[in-house]
Amino acid sequence: MLSLIVFTPLLGGLFVLLMQRDNLPAIRRAAFVLSLLPLGLSLRLLAGFDAAEAGMQFVESAAWIPQFNIRYQVGIDGISLWLVLLTTFLTPLVIVAGWGDVHKRVKEYMFFMLALETGMLGAFVALDLFLFYVFWEVMLIPMYFLIGVWGGPRRIYAAIKFVLFTMTGSLLMLVAILYLASAHAQQSGQLSFDMLRLYDLSLPLAQQRWLFAAFALAFAIKVPMFPLHTWLPDAHVEAPTGGSVILAGILLKLGTYGFLRLAIPLFPVAAAQAVPLMMVLAVIGIIYGALVAMVQPDLKKLVAYSSVSHLGFVMLGLFAFNHQGVMGGIYQMLNHGLSTGALFLLVGVIYERRHTRLISEFGGLWQQLPVYAVCFLIVMLSSVGLPGLNGFVGEFLILLGAFNAHPALGALATSGVVLGAVYMLWMFQRVMFGPLSNPANQRLTDMSRLERAVLAPILVMIVVMGVYPQPFLRRMEPAVNAYLARIEKQVADHRASETLVAQSAGTLALHQPVR
Amino acid sequence: MIAAVPIPWLVLLPALLLTGTALLVMVADLWMEGPDRDGLGWLGIAGLVVALIASVTLWNQHEGGFGGTLVLDRYALFFNLVFCLAAGLTLLMSMNYLEFTDIRVGDYYSLIVFATLGMVLMAAAADLIVIFLGLEVMSIAVYVLAGIWRQQQRSTEAALKYFLLGAFATGFLLFGIALLYGATGTTALAGISAQVLKVGGEQRLLLLAGMALLLIGFGFKVAAVPFHVWTPDVYEGAPTSITALMAVGVKAAAFAAFVRVFVQALGALTAEWAPVLWVLAVLTMTAGNVIALLQQNIKRMLAYSSIAHAGYLVLGLIAARDGGGGAVLFYLVVYALMNLGAFAVVIALGQRGAANEQLDDYAGVGFRHPFLGFAMSVFMLSLAGLPPLAGFAGKFYLFAAAVKAGYIGLAVIGVLNSVVSMYYYAGVLVKMYMVEGGAAVAEVTTRPYLVATVILTVIGTLLLGVFPSFTHELARQAFLSLG
Repeated sequence: MLSLIVFTPLLGGLFVLLMQRDNLPAIRRAAFVLSLLPLGLSLRLLAGFDAAEAGMQFVESAAWIPQFNIRYQVGIDGISLWLVLLTTFLTPLVIVAGWGDVHKRVKEYMFFMLALETGMLGAFVALDLFLFYVFWEVMLIPMYFLIGVWGGPRRIYAAIKFVLFTMTGSLLMLVAILYLASAHAQQSGQLSFDMLRLYDLSLPLAQQRWLFAAFALAFAIKVPMFPLHTWLPDAHVEAPTGGSVILAGILLKLGTYGFLRLAIPLFPVAAAQAVPLMMVLAVIGIIYGALVAMVQPDLKKLVAYSSVSHLGFVMLGLFAFNHQGVMGGIYQMLNHGLSTGALFLLVGVIYERRHTRLISEFGGLWQQLPVYAVCFLIVMLSSVGLPGLNGFVGEFLILLGAFNAHPALGALATSGVVLGAVYMLWMFQRVMFGPLSNPANQRLTDMSRLERAVLAPILVMIVVMGVYPQPFLRRMEPAVNAYLARIEKQVADHRASETLVAQSAGTLALHQPVR
Repeated sequence: MIAAVPIPWLVLLPALLLTGTALLVMVADLWMEGPDRDGLGWLGIAGLVVALIASVTLWNQHEGGFGGTLVLDRYALFFNLVFCLAAGLTLLMSMNYLEFTDIRVGDYYSLIVFATLGMVLMAAAADLIVIFLGLEVMSIAVYVLAGIWRQQQRSTEAALKYFLLGAFATGFLLFGIALLYGATGTTALAGISAQVLKVGGEQRLLLLAGMALLLIGFGFKVAAVPFHVWTPDVYEGAPTSITALMAVGVKAAAFAAFVRVFVQALGALTAEWAPVLWVLAVLTMTAGNVIALLQQNIKRMLAYSSIAHAGYLVLGLIAARDGGGGAVLFYLVVYALMNLGAFAVVIALGQRGAANEQLDDYAGVGFRHPFLGFAMSVFMLSLAGLPPLAGFAGKFYLFAAAVKAGYIGLAVIGVLNSVVSMYYYAGVLVKMYMVEGGAAVAEVTTRPYLVATVILTVIGTLLLGVFPSFTHELARQAFLSLG
């Protein structure tokens, strides 16, 4: 079932690639219909998912590279379930959005979108480190092409920067993965790349620190955390609308997911020690991202920097290491996927019409594009965290968790919420209100039926997740509880063994004079 | 009264088959006049296929011959597969290449088979003298091949450079062999291995000096920094098909001997040579990759990138006993496939009178020639080491061995080098798919043999990437047969 979900997009993409080049409507329709298959399958997954179960479900396992004990192993728990659904939910929308605004090399565009979906889904469900790494790297290539071929004027620079940044982190992670597997071999006589089994590996703290650093670097680049975020604005600004939506909506989540699935649970003690650093970086990211977003003249850049800020919240929640924080962090991953995805789609709508994204070019759009303005308003408010919409639930939980863990940092992060409201509302005011003074804007048409159809499902989800978060949280909860319990136990074990070592060292010292 | 020396036919079988093929091609050349010489190529390929089949069927044999100077073990047989693969694909792509370069020398095909014979001898040699003989058989054939495009001045220049520096390297090698003989009283690898730990005092100095000289000799042949300076000029100047053979076959043969000598004969001295090779690996990876960044000609770029790949292989050699040996052998197969494929694409995009070797000539190729563009992307990404392509599996095994052997620093330097290499490999993709224009490569006629070569190598690169274990297992067994 999971393998089917993971590989249908790729097969669909190959199918599209074989189609007649000139028949654009057929290509577009085929890509859309094919992208509905994984969505349908993942809805069946949701239906069959046991909400009370904390462990992995729908596990599939087969030997792959036996000499290294590498297995093709996939499965989902309450955390990856939602990320899989987010991916299969957003991809068809992006493909439909691409009907309107991609006009060159349509076939290849659709292929890369679908191939990208396979990479992302694979990374979310992989339970073997090697497999995870393969999917993690496989995502790079379609994104590289999406930015480089269909992007803006500086697309080549942005595409290469994206690839080099990501590869630097991930290759160091590869060395850490190899080290981890051979550490397992030394302790138990057999190499293992099985994530769940490696969770139980206990390593000396010094080693844990290095390994955590390597994993954390790879994921922090992807998130992106301050100060490793510099590739993100470039990639976002140059990417085509669909690329930006996928990048912000899903790809960045792989960074936070990596922390949640690998960096923290594999090296809990080192991660616990890194909490102050990570929380401070997260808060810096929140505030810095918001401040920089505030002064952006370009709408897309503003949304890009807002991502840096929002993902700072997610990281803050994850590193609060408590129930509310982690739950909030995961919930916010989904929210950000929806809200920021929608924001990029909306920016794309006016870019299509005006071929500019400068805020100063607009003003008073509400009069001319009322439907557009209302959609924008809802999404903007969701992004700001208005109660009743999805963003509020996530931010609230995160801040609760952060206050419990570290009140001062929690307070600082709260100021980020305020700043978020400032730059978003100010932007909205400058774009939507006031007189419709720019003559170029006076003949703009409102959103087309296609554009409305793309946005509607996201708006529905924004409201549903804001009003009734229970079904989502309920399915995450067992997995999160198990995750936290495991970390707490390992950290406590480590403390106990440390005191034991200290005590025995003391005893030795006592005995020495006797000898 | 001379006692009849029993001739070990089985041990000689692959070499004899190749000798026969080479001679047959040479003779057949006399009968095949006229412009159409494809028959010679096919004859060569047939011979290589037979030698390959013979090597496969001999897989479970383990025999020595001629007083143990030549062996037939899995190690030698595995390398035979690599050599036959490399030479066979070279012949295949050559049949179209010769057509539009006006290289009309019939000996071209037989020389390639002769070079393969030299390679096979090198991999099967259990004695330094036989290694030397194999090296010379291979090198002399390749010297001639490098200069065979007589109408092109740069081809002649390449041949001369290659010959002079190659002779120089051979000198080092021979001198090293002499010193080792002086120190241990034998040139047999097994004998040396038995002696090295017993040697002391002045003799030991002799031994270490001999080892250093051998290192230089092999360093030249595998194009390791700082012995690499001949590579770019020679690779650029030689006919492209021969460049492919040099980058793949000659390098693999040099590594075959390199690994055998250093692991089998001098394995006891690992503590002495490992630090030297460590430095050599770092220099080779880094210099190769950094200089490749600056190249505007794709053959030079591939030349420098092949230097970098030699660095990755030396990394595996250092960790040979921790799985690195098998990794080196596996990587050579993978490297052969992706590099030969890349060179075949370079040839396919060229035409009579215009080689189209500048990177700028590649603008727009991806959309104008979707198949060649796709294939080139596969090769570039595989060379850069991205999953799920064969290059990734190869690097994975190499780095895994380095990590297992405790060379974490070296592995980290290796992966950072991969990032650097991504820049120039991705640069080719940028040109092919993201830059408009490039009328130069507008008219490319389809050439069946080249297309066949590209298809075969693409399939190989994908297959070994997704399912590496079978081949890797063979490589591992091959290395273990060294004992």
